[in-house]
Amino acid sequence: MEDTETMFDTEGVTKNFMFLNRKAPYGTIYAQEVLELVLISAAFEQNAAIVFMDDGVYQIVKGHDPSVSGMKNFSPTYKVVEMEKEDAEEDEDIDMVWKIIVEKESMEARGLSTDDFIINVEVLGSQELSALMAEQDVVFGG
Amino acid sequence: MKLGIMVNEGPFTHQASDTAYQFAKAAIEKGHQVMRVFFYYDGVNNANKLSEPQSDDRNLVKLWGELAKEHGVDLVVCVAASLRRGIKDDILADGFRISGLGQLIEVGLAADRTITFGD
Amino acid sequence: MLHTINKSPFDRNSLASCLRTAPDGGAILFIEDGVYATAKGTTFSGDVEGALKNQKVFVLGPDLAARGIAEDKLIDGISVVDYSGFVDLVEEFGTVQSWL
Repeated sequence: MEDTETMFDTEGVTKNFMFLNRKAPYGTIYAQEVLELVLISAAFEQNAAIVFMDDGVYQIVKGHDPSVSGMKNFSPTYKVVEMEKEDAEEDEDIDMVWKIIVEKESMEARGLSTDDFIINVEVLGSQELSALMAEQDVVFGG
Repeated sequence: MKLGIMVNEGPFTHQASDTAYQFAKAAIEKGHQVMRVFFYYDGVNNANKLSEPQSDDRNLVKLWGELAKEHGVDLVVCVAASLRRGIKDDILADGFRISGLGQLIEVGLAADRTITFGD
Repeated sequence: MLHTINKSPFDRNSLASCLRTAPDGGAILFIEDGVYATAKGTTFSGDVEGALKNQKVFVLGPDLAARGIAEDKLIDGISVVDYSGFVDLVEEFGTVQSWL
């Protein structure tokens, strides 16, 4: 775990963070580095909506094997994100709520269904996603 | 208004750092507080003091450093992203410091608005 | 909400994704290569005109100037702001979503 040293007084502050993943994995580093950001946010026990939209849905499809290209497979990290979400749900001492969401239109446009994903996701149509967006305090887009 | 700014690209390939700098400068001129600029992804390259743009071009590494010095803006480069890209303390430009990704979440909590500039 | 779009609609789908999901009553600000969407008579002009029904639409003047787009070429209803105006939009419209 990286250091979480703080400088500002954020005691008792809770916000809704959205991590909007719109980029495919491997072609660029964005998908991999945003995962590090999602995981560090868990240390602050904040609400998080981790959304996969547009080519971002390709980040969580099954069967990635970048080893033949010499690249690191970071697919397993999505399982860690899923575990954090489940831990938050099960542990009564943790107030944060995490959601893992796929936008329906992006998924269907790519001929995918929830069976294709390595983690359990909630599928929201663009209108529902829009309503969720309106509830956010901070959006980290990628 | 208290602002947090995230910069995701370096000073040359994309316009992101230019836009972020102009935005930060305008915000400060209007009396707002830029609490922290957090550099992530290739954005950490904004902190490389070895970079030498041509003399007739803008020098964002210097401009960011001057903004920090004149207005007390906290310029933080992500340690994990920096290590990958070879940005270490001995080549860190004036005004920047290296710290953890938690500093981005922290400013997101502390600021009234957090805005991302990237590609 | 304030949405910023920095990609040309001819290159990426940021504009389409933003228009599909942006909550009504917010603002869209076109910056960087996103400003190409604000000109009249392009294949995306209709989409932007449609957006004007639910959102306020702005474009960053310095990015128009850099790209040689005259303000009289803009779709009616789009307002031009400078960096100071950009800051005002962030203050007025709340959470910022950057469609990178």
